Amino acid sequence: MIHNYTKREDLVNFLKGKSVEVRKEIIKLVVTAGGGHVGGGLSMTEILLAMYYHVLNIDPKNPKKEDRDRFILSKGHGGVGICPVLADVGYYDHCMMDDFNQYLSPFGMHPDMHKVPGIDMSTGSLGHGLPISVGLALGARLKKASWRTYCLLGDGECNEGTVWEAAMAGAHFKLGNLTAILDRNRLMLDGPVNEIMEIDPIEDKWKAFGWDVRIIDGHDYNQLIDTFESLPPISSQKPVCVICNTTKGKGVSYMENQTKWHYGGLDEATEKQACDDIDKICLP
Amino acid sequence: MAGGLAYTTDDLNDLTQAQIFGRVLMDLGSQHPEIVALSADLAKSTKVGDFFAKFPERSFNFGIAEQNMIGAAAGLALAGFKPYAATFGCFASMRACEQVRTDLCYPKLNVKIIGTHAGLSMGNGGTTHHATEDIGIFRTFANMTVMVPADGLETAKVISASIDHDGPMYIRVGRGFEPPAYESLDYDFTIGKAIEMRPGADATVIACGMCVLQAMEAAEDFAEDDGPDIRVINIHTVKPIDKEAIIKAAEETGVIITAEEHNIIGGLGSAVAEILAEAGLAGSVKFKRVGIPDVFSVIGYPEDLYAHYKIDQAGIYDSICDLMGLEKKDRDDEH
Repeated sequence: MIHNYTKREDLVNFLKGKSVEVRKEIIKLVVTAGGGHVGGGLSMTEILLAMYYHVLNIDPKNPKKEDRDRFILSKGHGGVGICPVLADVGYYDHCMMDDFNQYLSPFGMHPDMHKVPGIDMSTGSLGHGLPISVGLALGARLKKASWRTYCLLGDGECNEGTVWEAAMAGAHFKLGNLTAILDRNRLMLDGPVNEIMEIDPIEDKWKAFGWDVRIIDGHDYNQLIDTFESLPPISSQKPVCVICNTTKGKGVSYMENQTKWHYGGLDEATEKQACDDIDKICLP
Repeated sequence: MAGGLAYTTDDLNDLTQAQIFGRVLMDLGSQHPEIVALSADLAKSTKVGDFFAKFPERSFNFGIAEQNMIGAAAGLALAGFKPYAATFGCFASMRACEQVRTDLCYPKLNVKIIGTHAGLSMGNGGTTHHATEDIGIFRTFANMTVMVPADGLETAKVISASIDHDGPMYIRVGRGFEPPAYESLDYDFTIGKAIEMRPGADATVIACGMCVLQAMEAAEDFAEDDGPDIRVINIHTVKPIDKEAIIKAAEETGVIITAEEHNIIGGLGSAVAEILAEAGLAGSVKFKRVGIPDVFSVIGYPEDLYAHYKIDQAGIYDSICDLMGLEKKDRDDEH
C-alpha cells in the first residue's frame, strides 16, 4: 500500500479526495490530447485508486520489483484514466504527462509498457488482457511466488471471444491467484451494452465458467477495499471475478450514462463545467 | 550450439522435423528450467508432447484456443519464462495473428512459436490446413524473427540457437518426411546468416525450407548434363534476411530464382525482390519467383503438390531453363 492510514475512515476520505484530483486530471489530459476516452476513464477512477493506493503490493520507485502484484489494464483505452493514478502513487511526476498523446509522447491513448513506468503490459486491442493474465498467473504459480495478477476488463469487452477462452482456462488451471475486475459501466462505443450485444446474465456466465463472483458498487471505496481485502488465498484454486457496477462518465453531469461521451474533446466551457461538476459530485 | 545434443545424424535422419523439434526442446528443457511449452490441442501432432511428458509441470495445453495460448505465452514471458508455443503454421499465423503481433512482437517478448505442418505439408488436409501465407504475415511484424529450416538437422540447429535469442521468433517446420538437405550437423549456423549449399557462377537459386534440397538436386541435374553452374543459397532466416549474400549472388551470377513453399506474394521471393530492387539490380538481373502462384492450394500428397506448383526438383529445373532460355529436360523416361 502507498499510504500510512491506519483507520479505514481516514483512508476512505483520503481516497475520495484523490477521486476529485484524478478526475480533474483526466479532464485536463483530454484537453491536452484534443480528445480521449473520457467516459470509461471516469468510470474506473475509484477502482484504480483503491488498487494502486491500497490493494496492490507495489513499489513505484522500483516498478519492476520481482514480487509485485501485476495489474493488466485489459481495457487499454483507459490510458487516460490510469496514467494520472500511476503518477499520483509516484511512478513518475504529473508534469511528465504535459504532452499527453502528443507527437512522440510516451503517453499514448493506449499505454505502452516500455514507455510508461508502472504499466505491466502494453494493451489496447480488447480481449487480450485476460489471456495474458492467465499466463502471468500460471507463471507465478510455477515460480511458487505469492504475487497476484489482477485484470481490469470493460463490460463491452466481454463481447470478445478471447475473454471467454481465458475465463475457461483460468478456471481449468485453478488459478486462485487471478482476479478479474469488470468495469460494468453498461455503455460501449455504439450504445448500451444490452442493445449492442447483450452480455447478461454476466454474473451467471462467469459462475458457469467456474469463477467466484462478487458484485459491488465500483464507486464505493468501502466495498472495493472490503472485497479485495477478503479475496480467498491464492491457494484457493478458483479465480475471482469482481463485477463493479459503475457509471460511465462518473462525476461530470453531462457525461454520465451518455453513450456519446465514450470518446470526446472539450472546449473551455465544457472543461470548466466538468471540473465544477467533479468538485460538487465527488467531494465527501 | 547451445547445449550438447544427444543425437546422432542417423537418429535425426529418421525423424520428422516436428519430431526433432520435440526431442531437441525436451533436451533443452533439462538444461533450461525457464523453458515452458504450450499447445492448443496439438501436443501430439506438433511433437511438443515429448516435452509435455517429461516436464508436465512446465507444460500447458490450452485446448482449441490458439489466441488464448499466445496471450498466455506473453504472460508467461512477462513472468520470466521462455515459452515455446506449438501449433500448426496456419493457426499460428492467422488464428492467433493479432496476439502474435500485439502481445509478443510489440512488447518484444521472449516467445518462440513453432508452426508445424507449414506450407503444403498437410497435403490432403487442404487449404484450411495449408500455411502458405505465414512467412509473409510474420515478416511484416517489427521485432519478429522468421526461421525456415531446410530439414530436420537444421531444425535442431534453429531450436538450439533460439534459446539464446532475445525476442519473438517464428520457426516454420513441415510435417516433415522430406529427405534431409544436410548430411551432418557439422556446419556453422548463425541466425540471419545465409548458407551457400552449393557454389555456382551462372545462376543462383535462393531457397528456404524443403525447396533447398529440391534446388540442390535441380542444380545437380544441370551439372550431370554439363549445363550451367547453379549456386544454391539456403535462407534459413527469412527475417532478418542476409542481404549481402543475396546481392553478392545477383552480382556474381546475374540470374536469381527464389523457391519457397509459400505464396509468391509476401514470402522469400518478395523479400529477395525488395533487396534486388533497392540495390539497383532490378534492371540487370534476371529474376523469377517460384512458389504457389497466388491461388488456394489443391489437395494431394505433399510430393504431388510440390510437383503441381513446380517447387520440386523438376519444377525448379524448368524455371531455371525458362529464365536462362535453355531447353528443358525430357523427363518422361524417369517416370
